[in-house]
Amino acid sequence: MGAAPDFTHFVRTDEDGRSRLDLAIDGITCAACLPDIETAMKRLPGVKLARLNLTSHRLALTYDPQQVEPARFTGALEAIGYRAYPYEQRQVEADEQARFVLLLKCLGVAVFAAMNIMLLSISVWSGQSTSLPPETRDFFHLVSAVIALPAAAYAGQPFFTSAWAAIRQRRLNMDVPITIGVTLALGLSVYETQHHADHAYFDSAIMLLAFLLAGRVVDQAMRRRTKTAAGNLAALKGENALRFDGAEWGLVPVAALAPGDRLLVRAGERVPADGVIVEGLSAVDESAITGETDPKPVEPGDHVYAGTVNGEGALTVDVTAAGHSALIDEAARLIEQAGAARSRYMQLSDRVSQLYAPAVHLTALVTGLSWWLFFGASPHDALVIAISVLIITCPCALALAVPTVQAMASGAFFRSGLFLNDARGLEKLGEIDAVVFDKTGTLTLPQAGVANADEIPADLLELAGRLARSSHHPLALALARSLRARAPLPEARETSGQGVSAPHEGDEARLGSAAFCAAEHLATDAEASSIYVRAGERVAQLSIRQSLRPDAARVVAHLRDAGLDLHILSGDRAEAVAPVAEKLGIADWRGGQKPAEKIAFVEALKAQGKRVLMVGDGLNDAPALAAAHASISPIDAVHLTQGQADAVFLGDRLLPVAAALAISQQARALMKQNLGFAIVYNAIAVPVAMAGHASPLFAALAMSGSSILVTLNALRLRGPGKSVTLLAKPLRDQP
Amino acid sequence: MNVLVFLIPLAILLGLLALYGLFWSLKRNQYEDMEGAAYRILLDDDIEKK
Repeated sequence: MGAAPDFTHFVRTDEDGRSRLDLAIDGITCAACLPDIETAMKRLPGVKLARLNLTSHRLALTYDPQQVEPARFTGALEAIGYRAYPYEQRQVEADEQARFVLLLKCLGVAVFAAMNIMLLSISVWSGQSTSLPPETRDFFHLVSAVIALPAAAYAGQPFFTSAWAAIRQRRLNMDVPITIGVTLALGLSVYETQHHADHAYFDSAIMLLAFLLAGRVVDQAMRRRTKTAAGNLAALKGENALRFDGAEWGLVPVAALAPGDRLLVRAGERVPADGVIVEGLSAVDESAITGETDPKPVEPGDHVYAGTVNGEGALTVDVTAAGHSALIDEAARLIEQAGAARSRYMQLSDRVSQLYAPAVHLTALVTGLSWWLFFGASPHDALVIAISVLIITCPCALALAVPTVQAMASGAFFRSGLFLNDARGLEKLGEIDAVVFDKTGTLTLPQAGVANADEIPADLLELAGRLARSSHHPLALALARSLRARAPLPEARETSGQGVSAPHEGDEARLGSAAFCAAEHLATDAEASSIYVRAGERVAQLSIRQSLRPDAARVVAHLRDAGLDLHILSGDRAEAVAPVAEKLGIADWRGGQKPAEKIAFVEALKAQGKRVLMVGDGLNDAPALAAAHASISPIDAVHLTQGQADAVFLGDRLLPVAAALAISQQARALMKQNLGFAIVYNAIAVPVAMAGHASPLFAALAMSGSSILVTLNALRLRGPGKSVTLLAKPLRDQP
Repeated sequence: MNVLVFLIPLAILLGLLALYGLFWSLKRNQYEDMEGAAYRILLDDDIEKK
């Protein structure tokens, strides 16, 4: 039964009969890993090609299926210290990649055109003061037109399609005024060129596209990077399940499971998929779903849910399609209700563009009409002035103001161990003034661990972990997982219900109950379970419990100092919540909360005018996450819950929550500053254009100046700031 | 001024050449692994071969 997992689900076969497999790899720390991994793979028989991507941490393998089993790859990688798991590219990621390539091509075309047109335009501008013959000027304009029109048609695609989509849904977004501005600028320039006029605006139109595309490429590159990393994490979390294929049990990746499959869930294992118990009695720890830490007894006919942990008995489970459980249905219904309010949230840039487009077009219209009617300009001149107002106000700085900050912020999130699910989340996180925490898996670590690890000699601790590896007792499994124990000790023997023993350095090592280890039983608090380890004459007591995240107290204190209103809402019993609340100094806490009660609490806070951040991981938290103004969940959270969160954080620390708030606040401030810059720019440039003095040179200078200014301003956002980074310092010094 | 007849097409041609380079490199997935490429040049992969 300990056989290697079956990766057939992930293998693709190409025309030549060779197989292709992509692996996501964990543990790559430096460039030296690259030759290590590739040579290790090439030494295996039948491997034709092994190429590691050092940016995405993925390994592409091409091999002859006759000569080598795919499971040998992961085995060989494990032997040199890397964890690997087959990776399946998801549609989202492929789409992001395609979009990135398109944007880069558009940018290339726009930059090419902008350089060549500028070459001609600068000659024209300087020629106006000297003596450029009109024929040469017209010729230059003509050449500019020949370059600009096809280039704009190609490079403008992302804007045109987005604007068209918005108009069809009867909305306005930033791309609408961009599209109108570019089209009018080009149209006017063509007309002026035909009529041998002094000014043409080809350069402005193309430069505008180039600047905007540069901003979007940066944004997309950042998004692609986070998507890739998130995809790897999802793949590496991938676990295997024992499936009965009619004749024998085989290990298969969880991704390959389908409804109707029969699975064996051994003692202490995580339930890989939702299902109904066919055989076996056990108790299941549902804390990942409900927050309740006491295991729930189950028997044949009961439902078990993916992500829960099996207790002492083995269970045979038939996989059912997801979403059939009462609990999940209830959660999904509540999420839908709560989420309605959320989709009404409007982004800053959308709010601005709703006002902006009508205001600008109205200004242009009024300008044109008044020149024609009141100042006696010819219709042609009035039209030219009206269009020049549109060109000047074309929202270059405005359209860059928010995306550049977003790109910088998601980079800062990434470095702090956070992924942003939704760009809107960034603005919402910046507005928070109250935080509601879930307890189990959010304030505490998702798995029980050794609470008194620092009091125990390191070698004994390691020994305990390795001994625990040989046992199927739930406590031992929790111990082995939390200590990240390496291979079990050879010749370990399990005495059922008592413990494990193994020969060790000429003596005997034991792990188990106090009696089994001949140790004195020491009383501990009710929440912890004790397990003892003995090596020769030395004995230690390990106290196993749900422990707080290592920096929880410090981060909570920091948040309180920052003036946030803090609460704990837990699905767990009140007796289990009280000590945690006390330790963290959070006065307002509640235990035994049902999902609907959690929503009610969040709604009540909202009614007081608070903007609530919900931090939670359980399925029971998902509706509250959807109801809250913004939400964060840890990466270990169940799928449905993670989908509701605006951001997801990695690792054992709570620090990313503080970092998320700090970064978003800065980002929000920078966005507002940038929008302010853009408005000041318009306030200066529009009167000049309305007066009819907007020459192409003026337009080009004003536009690039303001774009560069907002981009540089956005670059100021690098990280969460000193107060948050200092929180991490003392922890890092610890071994 | 006749020299312009020469120089303008030349400038455009050079620009197009660079543009072609960009499209070619995109098609060949040259931007897939910006970090790995920097180190690959230092690897003596020909020594490993039997």
